[in-house]
Amino acid sequence: MTTTPTPGQAAGPLVEDDSPATPRKLSRLEKRAIATKGRLSSPWASGIAIIIAVLWTIPSVGLLVTSFRPELDIRNSGWWTVIPGVFTGEAEFTADNYNEVLYGNSSNLADTFVNSFVITIPAVIIPITLALLAAYAFAWIPFKGREFLFVAVFALQVVPLQVALVPLLSDYVDWGINGTFWTVWLSHSIFALPLAIFLLHNFMKDIPASLVEAARVDGAGHVKIFFRVLFPLLVPAIASFGIFQFLWVWNDLLVGLTFTSPAYRPMTVAVAELAGSRGGDWHLLTAGAFVAMIVPLIVFIALQRFFVRGMLAGAVKG
Amino acid sequence: MSWLLEPSGATEKFLVMFVAILLFVAVMSLVLFVVDRPKRIPNWVVAIGFVGVPLAFLLYGLIRPTLITVWNSFFDDTSTEFVGLDNYVTAFTQPQFQKVLLVTAAWVILAPLLSTVIGLVYAVLVDRTRFEKAAKALVFIPMAISMVGASIIWGFVYEFRPEQAGIQQIGLLNQVLVWLGMPPQQFLIGQPWNTGFLIVVMIWIQTGFAMTVLSAAIKAIPDDIVEAARLDGLHGMQMFRFITVPSIRPALVVVLTTIAMATLKAFDIVRTMTGGQFGTQVVANEFYTQAFRQNNQGLAAALAVVLFILVIPIIVYNVGQMRKAEDIR
Repeated sequence: MTTTPTPGQAAGPLVEDDSPATPRKLSRLEKRAIATKGRLSSPWASGIAIIIAVLWTIPSVGLLVTSFRPELDIRNSGWWTVIPGVFTGEAEFTADNYNEVLYGNSSNLADTFVNSFVITIPAVIIPITLALLAAYAFAWIPFKGREFLFVAVFALQVVPLQVALVPLLSDYVDWGINGTFWTVWLSHSIFALPLAIFLLHNFMKDIPASLVEAARVDGAGHVKIFFRVLFPLLVPAIASFGIFQFLWVWNDLLVGLTFTSPAYRPMTVAVAELAGSRGGDWHLLTAGAFVAMIVPLIVFIALQRFFVRGMLAGAVKG
Repeated sequence: MSWLLEPSGATEKFLVMFVAILLFVAVMSLVLFVVDRPKRIPNWVVAIGFVGVPLAFLLYGLIRPTLITVWNSFFDDTSTEFVGLDNYVTAFTQPQFQKVLLVTAAWVILAPLLSTVIGLVYAVLVDRTRFEKAAKALVFIPMAISMVGASIIWGFVYEFRPEQAGIQQIGLLNQVLVWLGMPPQQFLIGQPWNTGFLIVVMIWIQTGFAMTVLSAAIKAIPDDIVEAARLDGLHGMQMFRFITVPSIRPALVVVLTTIAMATLKAFDIVRTMTGGQFGTQVVANEFYTQAFRQNNQGLAAALAVVLFILVIPIIVYNVGQMRKAEDIR
């Protein structure tokens, strides 16, 4: 997640002790009684909840409405002034801003849209595959130094990316591949590994050992056990980390800014640049920001279930 | 073969992408095939097949660069002359950088605290209500938005137009001020409050995370505890203070430390909204400025190390809490 939340960072097996001691199932009547006695019954409480909900929604609504208004209107009046017009049918909306920001000379976001996909897809597949293999070894292959190595990998989550950027960059320059997609893929993959290994290892440990033992008795090797026994059971876990990594890479600014050349920069970099150079052109900025947001929003809303599950596994369960 | 390094046009770009994925799959398959072939093979060879590549990545891309950066932080701006602790002295004594540290401290204290408090209050308020799902989704969605996107959203809320006849405010917050009969403000310029207005963006993003984790923790509080407290006559605030908060303490620690770490490393918001001007600079963005704009590699390295060192106490506290939790168990 963009330097966005990386839940689970050093979360560890922390909260297990407050898992419910097999709570008694409440009857529906009792539940309803609790609900009505609940805090939303007081007008103050509902007031506060509504204020928070509104504060968290209005800024995005403003952006979305503005992005569809004609440039001149945006300059002359606030987006809330269209609200009466929506009901009378007088409000004027247009897709011009999107056209200009996607294909116009000043920004050409359509190209960077492609770049974002080309960067993100391998940067999700590669680290997850590597992390799955490593997590399998740490969970199910006994070897010397296993504990130490796992703790070391876990500890690497502490390292801020900033510490690694300059030395990596100078290597890429020396090899003559700086600014290409390859360095971006490599960098994203490396930076994702500690958290990915840690989380997937936790999921893998949850699988009953008897399953693995049974397969081993049947003569299956590690590769077979991994693909035939564990992999199918891990699909939800992989999905939840996959969404994390997707959002993180898609929304990343630091890696894109440091390692891509202008022709291959992702959309976040282009939009950030737009904000720097055309700070007052809200018709471009609002449309650009929305274009950059649309893919993660779709992924996020469609797969929210997996996402929450992964987040809780990282942050709460450990 | 130059298109492999420099593809032009969408088709070539996607082609390179598929080549990269296929190459990766091929290499990994080969490694697994090799370690799986012979019948009597020592475990450590198999283990290397599984962990070798990931560990090599980490050794090359995280451990080695970290050591180099620590080393470089003792050298001058071109990494040629040894200067001892000079870069650190600069970072901690020059007023300009002291200010940066101070602003960073404000971020690391305020953003986690306020996101957690708001997330907790909201989670408690909407818990077990009819609208719980929808209400949570509203606060949750900003998590999907990049910090750059969030910065633009809020930059628009803060937009300022000078107070003149015939000119309307287009930023919502200034319009609210005008409605209330106050003069419009340049929210991103006036020190020191502008840092506060930037931190708001971080809080807006992180509250959804805090709310989701804390809400799950609240739901895990055993019902008999809640009921017993209720029979004892606890209500409303008392229930919150004496039952809810102590029961979810471990989750609170996780949320606070996770957000603190994310905040410490984040530079996107400051960079997009003010570029670090007007006294809003933070360590993570100052690092970027020094490394790639000023080309002062020594100072940049020192700042990165400072960032690293600042994370450590948070982690130590977190691990300490973990130990405690395990002891109780």
